[in-house]
Amino acid sequence: MDPLRQSPSPSSSRASSPRTFSCERLGYVGIEAVLDQLKIKAMKMGFEFNIMVVGQSGLGKSTMVNTLFKSKIWKSTMPGLRVPMPQTLQLHSVTHVIEENGVKLKLTVTDTPGFGDQINNDKCWDPVLGYINEQYERYLQEEILITRQRHIPDTRVHCCVYFVPPTGHCLRPLDLEFLQRLCRAVNVVPVIARADSLTIEEREAFRHRIQDDLKTHSIEVYPQKSFDEDINDKILNSKIRERIPFAVVGADREHMVNGRCVLGRKTKWGIIEVENMAHCEFPLLRDLLIRSHLQDLKDITHNVHYENYRIIRLKESHALPRGPGWVNLAPTPSPTPTGTRASPGPGKVCRWAEDDSDEDF
Amino acid sequence: MASEVARHLLFQSHITAKTAHTSSQVSDHEQKQKDSPRSLTMSGHVGFESLPDQLVNRSIQQGFCFNILCVGETGIGKSTLIDTLFNTNFEGHESSHFYPHVRLKAQTYELQESNVRLKLTIVNTVGFGDQINKEESYQPIVDYIDAQFEAYLQEELKIKRSLFNYHDSRVHVCLYFISPTGHSLKTLDLLTMKSLDSKVNIIPVIAKADAISKTELQKFKIKLMSELVSNGVQIYHFPTDDETIAKINASMNGHLPFAVVGSMDEVKVGNKMVKARQYPWGVVQVENENHCDFVKLREMLICTNMEDLRDQTHTRHYELYRRHKLEEMGFMDVGPENQPLSLQETYEAKRHEFYGERQRKEEEMKQLFVQRVKEKEAILKEAERELQAKFEHLKRVHQEEKLRLEEKRRLLEEEIMAFSKKKATSEIYQNQTFMTPGSNLRKDKDRKNSNFM
Repeated sequence: MDPLRQSPSPSSSRASSPRTFSCERLGYVGIEAVLDQLKIKAMKMGFEFNIMVVGQSGLGKSTMVNTLFKSKIWKSTMPGLRVPMPQTLQLHSVTHVIEENGVKLKLTVTDTPGFGDQINNDKCWDPVLGYINEQYERYLQEEILITRQRHIPDTRVHCCVYFVPPTGHCLRPLDLEFLQRLCRAVNVVPVIARADSLTIEEREAFRHRIQDDLKTHSIEVYPQKSFDEDINDKILNSKIRERIPFAVVGADREHMVNGRCVLGRKTKWGIIEVENMAHCEFPLLRDLLIRSHLQDLKDITHNVHYENYRIIRLKESHALPRGPGWVNLAPTPSPTPTGTRASPGPGKVCRWAEDDSDEDF
Repeated sequence: MASEVARHLLFQSHITAKTAHTSSQVSDHEQKQKDSPRSLTMSGHVGFESLPDQLVNRSIQQGFCFNILCVGETGIGKSTLIDTLFNTNFEGHESSHFYPHVRLKAQTYELQESNVRLKLTIVNTVGFGDQINKEESYQPIVDYIDAQFEAYLQEELKIKRSLFNYHDSRVHVCLYFISPTGHSLKTLDLLTMKSLDSKVNIIPVIAKADAISKTELQKFKIKLMSELVSNGVQIYHFPTDDETIAKINASMNGHLPFAVVGSMDEVKVGNKMVKARQYPWGVVQVENENHCDFVKLREMLICTNMEDLRDQTHTRHYELYRRHKLEEMGFMDVGPENQPLSLQETYEAKRHEFYGERQRKEEEMKQLFVQRVKEKEAILKEAERELQAKFEHLKRVHQEEKLRLEEKRRLLEEEIMAFSKKKATSEIYQNQTFMTPGSNLRKDKDRKNSNFM
């Protein structure tokens, strides 16, 4: 007598009926108040963001970080000061808590002094990859505990800013190798460092050459084309992709220009204003990293890169009896990026489209 | 093995493994990090105050999911209340009272208000409290809730999983409908709530509250709450840790259980059309706070605490289930020598064990199968032989019969031949006697004689 008997058996694991009805709203209910609830919860918990800067010494990494977050994250190394050149690549992290308008952000910045500085730079990307994987590993270990913490501390690298030296020609072999390996494990944003040594035309030419290089070697930098959800995202992200890599200048000193106090670099021939779009593209970088895509960076790290790492890890622990448990993302030199990363799906709804048989627990 | 355990030890105590590449500087800084991240003041506007908005935008894109379980006797007003809560006519027909068992019926709807999309799943208990013997009433509900947790756990433990677009079917809140007797909780109610309180957030409501007068209602509420407390039933209390909503939540906590009236019919009161129930002695308005607590319920359930309900379900009830399930399967965080074990190690060990067990069982079954086949073969052979013997016998019998019949035929043919000979000779003789005329008499005689023969 009950015609609408759908999925009634309580022993079925998925009880929601395949039919979902779209109903007419007849009046106020208050569902949209859930957005405020979300905001309150988020503000209470605070946010975390981990950024890594990679590049040779002298490219202005520390200055850039200071400029991005408008505070002295690090003491920027002054030229002329005797800084001992590190013999091997080191990773150097600092964490700060910054607050703006009630929003707390726990920021971790990882620097890589010594990258690309040696005579023989072979495998200099290994420590970086190792560090990134180590953070994934840490998160994974926390996640598979029986008694888990309420909020697993997130130390995974959300974004890696790669500084390209302003040669004006094209990407160097070191850059290419590094970018190829890293773009599969983490979101990479390449920037042209010290762009004040290039004129506007040189910048554009350099940018185009870099874009061509990236395309030839199938290096997908953030924002990845394959993760665009809908048409709005596509439009927005294509605009960004046209301007990648941004030509940036970093500065942490203030100067007076036309009565305003601006951040900039003072030279004999003028003052380069960091926040002026006509001078450099720093505002674009800042907007991308902080104002508009921060959450997206974290999402992609969590949903894609971390999941890929997890898949590899779990599959591997089936195969090898007692391996060292370390995933060395030794890349295949093939041009296709589908070595360790899943093939791109049509949208966020299925962020990967590899249809292997599911390995159940 | 040792290296795995050692590795976990290292991780658990948050010291980075000293590989050949990573320097010790990382560990120092990690330690500092652990202690306290330094606070920094910024000299200008950076712009990450838009972070909550970014988060909200992403949530809007993804949509929300909310699952309500309604437990209560048939006819107590569950469907009407849900209709009234969400201002929509979900389903039109009444349930029968004659189901032999309690079943759960789940339906999913997609609602949208301004730009927020909500996937609402309503689970109804059909036939609850209708049976004569109610012992089995609450078990299906517990099973259903566990099944949803199990489904989520399975998804989470998969190697290739997609959690962010997984349709979360875990029950976020259970509205328990108490019938307005005015006296106390029924035993069935107590038992059911007791078995559900560690698995789901329970919000008890007094249904059909227009049947109780105000004074009786107060006493009823106090009685109910004291019974719940004395029996150790943990119902959901609205959270009071955040200052913005602490006050209102605290005051609402004092009004539990909510006495509600549901109705989708509209009645003209004053110059407005309001949702109400019309009686000869007056009109009970659903959204009037003096008449019933419906508005409070809607406030608390949807406007203020929906996120907290989901959060509690995920971080408390689901984690509890997960812990029990994994411990039941034999996994532990800490091994026999108090060294941290990894899930993978235990899983590997178990896997080998089960694999060996499975091999053994396979062998056993193979043997059994082979044996059975042999037996059957023997039986069939026996039957074949018997059949063969019978066939031989029958053949012989047929042969004998055939010979006999041949013999008979021969005899018959001889007789026929003899007879035809006789007939031939008598005809010849007849012709001869016909030629001689003076023998009519004899002819007659002969004719008679021949007729005789």
